[in-house]
Amino acid sequence: MSVRRLDPIQPENFKFSAANMRWAKTQVKKYPKGKQASAVIPLLWRAQEQHGGWLPEPALRTVAEMLDMSFIRVYEIATFYTMFNLSPVGKYFVQLCGTTPCWLRGADDLKAVCRRVIGAQNQVSEDGLLSWLEVECLAACANAPMVQINEDYYEDLSAESFEKLLDDLREGRAVKPGPQNGRQFSCPEGGPTTLLNGAGSSKAKLSTKTKSKANTLKSVRKKKSAPAKG
Amino acid sequence: MLKDEDRIFRNLYGYEDPGLKGAKKRGAWDGTRKFLQKGRDWVIDEIKSSGLRGRGGAGFPTGLKWSFMPKIPDGRPHYLVVNADESEPGTCKDREIMRHDPHLLIEGCLIAGFAMGANTGYIYIRGEFIRERERLQAAIDEAYDAKLIGKNNKHDWDFDLYLHHGAGAYICGEETALLESLEGKKGQPRLKPPFPANVGLYGAPTTVNNVETIAVVPDILRRGASWFAGLGRPNNTGTKLFSISGHVNRPCNVEEEMGIPLKELLDRHAGGVRGGWDNLLTVIPGGSSVRCLPSDMCQNLYMDFDTLSALKSGLGTAAVIVMDKSTDIIRAIARLAYFYKHESCGQCTPCREGTGWMYRVLDRMARGEAHKREIDMLLEVTYQVEGHTICALGDAAAWPVQGLITHFRHVIEERIDQYSANSKPEGAVREPAAAE
Repeated sequence: MSVRRLDPIQPENFKFSAANMRWAKTQVKKYPKGKQASAVIPLLWRAQEQHGGWLPEPALRTVAEMLDMSFIRVYEIATFYTMFNLSPVGKYFVQLCGTTPCWLRGADDLKAVCRRVIGAQNQVSEDGLLSWLEVECLAACANAPMVQINEDYYEDLSAESFEKLLDDLREGRAVKPGPQNGRQFSCPEGGPTTLLNGAGSSKAKLSTKTKSKANTLKSVRKKKSAPAKG
Repeated sequence: MLKDEDRIFRNLYGYEDPGLKGAKKRGAWDGTRKFLQKGRDWVIDEIKSSGLRGRGGAGFPTGLKWSFMPKIPDGRPHYLVVNADESEPGTCKDREIMRHDPHLLIEGCLIAGFAMGANTGYIYIRGEFIRERERLQAAIDEAYDAKLIGKNNKHDWDFDLYLHHGAGAYICGEETALLESLEGKKGQPRLKPPFPANVGLYGAPTTVNNVETIAVVPDILRRGASWFAGLGRPNNTGTKLFSISGHVNRPCNVEEEMGIPLKELLDRHAGGVRGGWDNLLTVIPGGSSVRCLPSDMCQNLYMDFDTLSALKSGLGTAAVIVMDKSTDIIRAIARLAYFYKHESCGQCTPCREGTGWMYRVLDRMARGEAHKREIDMLLEVTYQVEGHTICALGDAAAWPVQGLITHFRHVIEERIDQYSANSKPEGAVREPAAAE
């Protein structure tokens, strides 16, 4: 658990844009009648997106009213779920994974880059472009170390490639999400070790369906005798 | 090694089209209607005889879980909820399914929904997976447009599938916390019983399954339960996605046969341990929540549920975190302890207070700033957290620490000795004030 409070400086009011208002109505429809509170997280998230990456108090009130919830119920959601930023963040908000799998592969080096290039955690850089936060596992462990910047994951980072990435963002140059070392998603570096015949080898599979079944039955028999040997 | 034709996730690395056209080419949505025509009991029996065990960590038999749903409707709707809140450290497999093979998941949802009498399904995806959410939603829309799901679809089983997202809480991967979150509340687990199969989402019968569990269902029906049951080892059947991270030469996700020896898994797919097999210090075989195993226990280690639980570890989510001899193992486990401290929902005192306590002690131990008797004190505290909380997060926080103390007590002791030896009179380890 961590202590999370609303920012002391709050805007006067908050209003969803017309498009977001329409979108919100479609969200509420996903849930049964009378269960509109289910939409609270998606709506708060949209409010945060609209408000430049953080949630002001008037947005909580707006969402509470829209979903017929008491303010305290929405307030506790906003403070419980850590993706809701309760204070302003940089235009590029860097969430750096520091959990063990990333730490093993050098998350500390990335943290040092953040401190040097951006500054202290949770502090927006002077130009308003960058801020960073150490977060817990982002579920891209086979591509560690990695960070999330706004919507995208940037994976397989090194101190150098990460610093270049931050630099590119700051200068407004185009960046490419995903692995930064040229790797294909979570495929082993240097190429796959499986599905070598045309990746999915789907056509072969479909046309020899019964045959492959026979093959697998054979492999079943082989398997059954294997443990006896071992 | 698993043969390519026995693989279920043939677009794991995203080389091919994840859309409906590509998925159909790979065999998805083939014969689905025929399976549903055979009836609910047939589907459940097939899944039961395939031996499929839940892929989310606990390894509970899936067919059995489905059969807990009430047979005769009592007026309440039934719900299928898919747990896509993948956040166990080390685990990154469901992400690949959702962004590269989403139609297997959607087809699985329809079949599972049918098997448990549910006309509505919710997929709860973790909030950080924004791109994956977009990809999955696009696939769901495609399935609706092609009348594969929805009202009056081609399969004669009305089924609405909605994508819902969280906002960064590990605890929402616990099934009842997930349901609370889906209802628009804080993700704090519920006491069981009643179990979700009786009182789940909105008080109605609900079954919560992991993404991988649901996504393998269509292929089990297509290729037959005996095919799936023939892979792997007894009681641990089928294929499994392994996430390999940490100190290996080529970390990756890979689908392999259940029960593959650890060494083969690492050598064949992940380029081996960094610096060679002899450089292995320890492995966490199933995501951060299970106890680590030192290298001498890894020599002939079958990666399946029963083998690993017999060693007091676990297959968990099959997230293999490898650490070589350069690792500061105390620091590695302390970082996990910090994770659990951060993610405790705060509902039960042993976990809320215990996770912070364990982290602070481990943090000192990583520096050597502790007394040797505190090692047993720490172990004692883990036993007081374990089993004394509503959900399993308390256990999950306790086990890595227990693993550390069981297998690496000597490292902690050496660190303490080193610290004491280096300390100067003014900086020596002080006896804490007499215990009150």
